[in-house]
Amino acid sequence: MERLNPAARSDRYGNRINRVTSPLRARTVPYITILLGSLLSVLFLADVIPIFPPLGYLFFLSWRIMRPGLLPLWAGLPLGIFDDLFSGQPFGSAVLLWSITMILLEIIENRFPWRGFYQDWFTASLAIIAYIFAAMVVSGAKLTFPLALAVLPQVAIAIMVYPAVSRIVAGLDRFRLSRSRKIR
Amino acid sequence: MAPPKSRRSSYSKKAQYSVFTGYLLAVLGALLGAGLLAISLWQPSTFAPLRGAANDVTAPVGNGTAIARSETTGLFDSISGYFNAGSKNAKLQEEVEIARIRLAEAEAIQAENERLKSILALTQSEIEPIAVTRLVTGSSTSSRRFAGIGVGRTKGIKIGMPVRAPRGVVGRILEVSRNSSRVLLLTDSESVLPVRRASDETVAFAEGRGDGFLNIRLINLGTNPFKEGDLFVTSGAGGYYRPGVAVAVLSEIKPYGGVAKLVADPSATDFVSVEPIFVPVALEAAEADPSQPLPNSTTEQSEEDQPAGSSPPEDE
Repeated sequence: MERLNPAARSDRYGNRINRVTSPLRARTVPYITILLGSLLSVLFLADVIPIFPPLGYLFFLSWRIMRPGLLPLWAGLPLGIFDDLFSGQPFGSAVLLWSITMILLEIIENRFPWRGFYQDWFTASLAIIAYIFAAMVVSGAKLTFPLALAVLPQVAIAIMVYPAVSRIVAGLDRFRLSRSRKIR
Repeated sequence: MAPPKSRRSSYSKKAQYSVFTGYLLAVLGALLGAGLLAISLWQPSTFAPLRGAANDVTAPVGNGTAIARSETTGLFDSISGYFNAGSKNAKLQEEVEIARIRLAEAEAIQAENERLKSILALTQSEIEPIAVTRLVTGSSTSSRRFAGIGVGRTKGIKIGMPVRAPRGVVGRILEVSRNSSRVLLLTDSESVLPVRRASDETVAFAEGRGDGFLNIRLINLGTNPFKEGDLFVTSGAGGYYRPGVAVAVLSEIKPYGGVAKLVADPSATDFVSVEPIFVPVALEAAEADPSQPLPNSTTEQSEEDQPAGSSPPEDE
């Protein structure tokens, strides 16, 4: 009997015979990456001005845009609470802003169901700009012109980093859906 | 990307309800966030225990990254140092000669100082730091400027204690939990510190701007006596910081005083020390009811170095 092409039995998520996606992995990977993103930005001490992009928010945004419906609409609440514990912002700021982000992105998505990456990047950039400035307003700092000027580099870096973050998220998505569980 | 099929509204009542519930929960979440935010802006310390518990957990991790950070800074410095070694050498030699002269002057001044102190019968006691540690975490994404250190209540850290690096003041303790504390850095826009010019007694306030610089505000407005390059040190007023610790160098003159650069950049510091509050009696007096006499609180340092009456209690 002639041998079939081995690649025919698998797709990019792995072997299709006798394997299924692990539900645990499929559910938890997005949350874990977002929580790690929130934690990671704390460990960098770029101190005199806020320069480090809000990684937790970037991962959150990227998962939401890449996999609509994966995060429930209320996901901003628990993830925001975790981010608030570490970010240095007053408690509640990420809960509010992340929840609003989820609702707005849902509305945008209903309006523009078919999108390309550049369109997503544009949406994400608007979200990042709005988020960083809104976070500055609610941070409890005295709002002055130098302060507003000081967040501009952070905004620029966050927008530039977004494609890299969504690349990472795409890789993690493949990892998330890979057929790791064996059916016996 | 097309939206997944299950998310299109359908004739199924169940699907419609679950979409509706999602929206409802999201809006409730946003409202809850707004409520929490209002509470924490109104009473900033409300959620301090929560944050403290979280920071207790992350502080050990932060310690590892802090070590890595200080070592990589050193690596970059040594690489860049290799490239401009020659010009640096010449410059350094020049500086050393000037420094020798200054050192001799300083010795003279020190001698005179000791003589004057012996006349006044003041004993200068060295302040023992309560803890020496690293800055382990920072609010690097937020517009507020905080840092975290890996020591807390168990080591005797208390709210208000000054934190300093070898070069100068870094900030002061804002929140304390079991094994970690939060430091309000000088550049935060809520931080105010009484300073004086090192060369004379011109007093001013150093306020953070949030962008890495400090606003130096003169207390006595009039002609602005400052020059670029003036060094500012803590004045000791207010009772938190001991006098004479370097704070900032003036870089730009403004009508109200000037804009100054930090002497001790928190991201470049390796170790910081937490020092006891300089004059605790003055702080108690500032908070107490003026009509009541002060409770009999005697602390070694404040009695020896500076009687409580000599520094006017000023609220920071």
